[in-house]
Amino acid sequence: MKAFEKLAGLVCPLDRANVDTDAIIPKQFLKSIKRSGFGPNLFDEWRYLDHGEPGMDNSVRPLNPDFVLNFPRYAGAQVLLARENFGCGSSREHAPWALDDQGFRVVIAPSFADIFFNNCYKNGLLPIVQPAEVVDQLFRECEAQEGYTLTVDLAAQTITTPTGQVFSFDITEHRKHCLLGGLDEIGLTLQHAEQIKAYEAARRQAQPWLFA
Amino acid sequence: MTAQTLYDKLWSSHVVREEADGTVLLYIDRHLVHEVTSPQAFEGLKLAGRGLWRVDSVVSTADHNTPTDHWDEGIKDPISRQQVETLDANIKSFGALAYFPFKDKGQGIVHVMGPEQGATLPGMTVVCGDSHTSTHGAFGALAHGIGTSEVEHVMATQCLVAKKSKNMLVQVNGPLAAGITGKDVALAIIGKIGTAGGTGYAIEFGGEAIRSLSMEGRMTLCNMAIEAGARSGMVAVDEKTIDYVKGRPFAPGGADWDAAVAYWNTLHSDEGAHFDAVVELDASDIKPQVTWGTSPEMVTDIDGSVPDPAAEADPVKKGSIERALAYMGLTANTPVKEIPVDIVFIGSCTNSRIEDLREAAAVARGRSKAASVKQVLVVPGSGLVKAQAEAEGLDKIFIAAGFEWREPGCSMCLAMNADRLQPGERCASTSNRNFEGRQGQGGRTHLVSPAMAAAAGIAGHFVDIRQL
Repeated sequence: MKAFEKLAGLVCPLDRANVDTDAIIPKQFLKSIKRSGFGPNLFDEWRYLDHGEPGMDNSVRPLNPDFVLNFPRYAGAQVLLARENFGCGSSREHAPWALDDQGFRVVIAPSFADIFFNNCYKNGLLPIVQPAEVVDQLFRECEAQEGYTLTVDLAAQTITTPTGQVFSFDITEHRKHCLLGGLDEIGLTLQHAEQIKAYEAARRQAQPWLFA
Repeated sequence: MTAQTLYDKLWSSHVVREEADGTVLLYIDRHLVHEVTSPQAFEGLKLAGRGLWRVDSVVSTADHNTPTDHWDEGIKDPISRQQVETLDANIKSFGALAYFPFKDKGQGIVHVMGPEQGATLPGMTVVCGDSHTSTHGAFGALAHGIGTSEVEHVMATQCLVAKKSKNMLVQVNGPLAAGITGKDVALAIIGKIGTAGGTGYAIEFGGEAIRSLSMEGRMTLCNMAIEAGARSGMVAVDEKTIDYVKGRPFAPGGADWDAAVAYWNTLHSDEGAHFDAVVELDASDIKPQVTWGTSPEMVTDIDGSVPDPAAEADPVKKGSIERALAYMGLTANTPVKEIPVDIVFIGSCTNSRIEDLREAAAVARGRSKAASVKQVLVVPGSGLVKAQAEAEGLDKIFIAAGFEWREPGCSMCLAMNADRLQPGERCASTSNRNFEGRQGQGGRTHLVSPAMAAAAGIAGHFVDIRQL
């Protein structure tokens, strides 16, 4: 997994609540058997004026000039600012893969859907929950100031605005440890293989029908 | 011992180890695998030289990409075909307890297939790379969707790295009125608590109305727990649960059966167990539900109307309503009964089981599709559901009404196969999500129960099934 330590990134504001994973990456792109290459189809139905299908040359498709990701001032953004319940809907990990492939490393929102939130950490993408009033403030500042960047420091668990205002955020120790080190979670779990085997043996004894 | 909720019991019985910050390794009993979210996980195993920790925990089928007609012609879309063939090859090389490939008589939507095979049992932890895995909680199991990295993690270690959710009880008091289904209950709950109302919680559904639901109805309800934001929904084990499981291919038999039943009968919340949140609904208030917008919480009942954004004070909510009405092509204050439909879809992991098809057939019997309705698709949830429906003559009722009787699969619920809405088409759908573009780019989805969908196909617009 890609490590995350510290980032000073341009912010793109996506001012909609309940952005679902069908919107983040539409279903036709889920037919891929790879985990890369989803970036050009991130928010496909909002981003382009035509209908997208796998295999199209996205560089020649007509862009929707009204969609925020297409505004020249947000080109190269690494921080996505979003509204409540971001990432609701399907469990498709293609959603964080698409955000990552597009270049986003951080998503800030008042709340996230559980499965999406969890999937982000597996891909070096940092989802940060902030109170609604803080998110409101960041939206206002970001829209008012071209080139608005936020500095996100995972070790310190802080977000710093261009004026030096600092907000802290929560993350579990386990997730922080894995993300800072870019660790292979499967490898970590397999360090406890003996304990898993012991649990499994006891379970086989108590509930043999689960192993028939 | 302190009183425990059903979720507490399921959770604590699967904890392999716990870290100081509360992160646990949670043991997984059943891993359901389909073609869309597994190829990258199998690829990861191959690259790392790993195999499956426990081959006999895996049960698999192909469902999302499979066509629902002309099976003799195979899968025409080459990218869909590649994904299904990749699953065939991966199962062949890694193994599984059971695999129901495309065209197999046991093939079907993963959340229909698991329970009907007895591959889902009370007390299990069940995961799948699919958010609607919450369905299996209807059996008193802890079941939830996972992402592809977690699919790989479970394949390699039989465990998930997880943190415990909070407990929520959704209690639906009193008896349901005639014609009210699990779907209506699910949508009414989502309308009340919102699509993020259950975020961070595991929901247990209880109360007289829930106890009165069949296993099919409970599966519909738990299926939509994720639409309320909860990764898992569950219902306590009772006689209906045990009767449903008995005799299924992967259900225990002999002495194991008695031991299993004795254990399963403990799978309920103890008297006085603590819930972090309790939501109560009065079943008698629940009427047939119809969604009007682009989120399952944008719902009203058959006597209701499309809302007026001018009446909403919160600017974010007001903007959401305006955007939803524009996308849906609806005018504020339009009565639901005046909304015409172009297409009807009866199917999906929410509503494609035999009871759902019986309810739709009861409405369709002796009636005909409205001339204004272009298509009514009936897609059974599995090959076994299809065979059962045909044995009962339901297929003939549908065909006589001008409905199309198809092969099993996910179909127009998410439109990964050829079944999809065209831009602007309006659909009465028994599926679970009315998101923008979900059933096809520009398509407009109204979520309803199977009987309400069939009735809309016959009338050409939404009608109250209680008045048929």
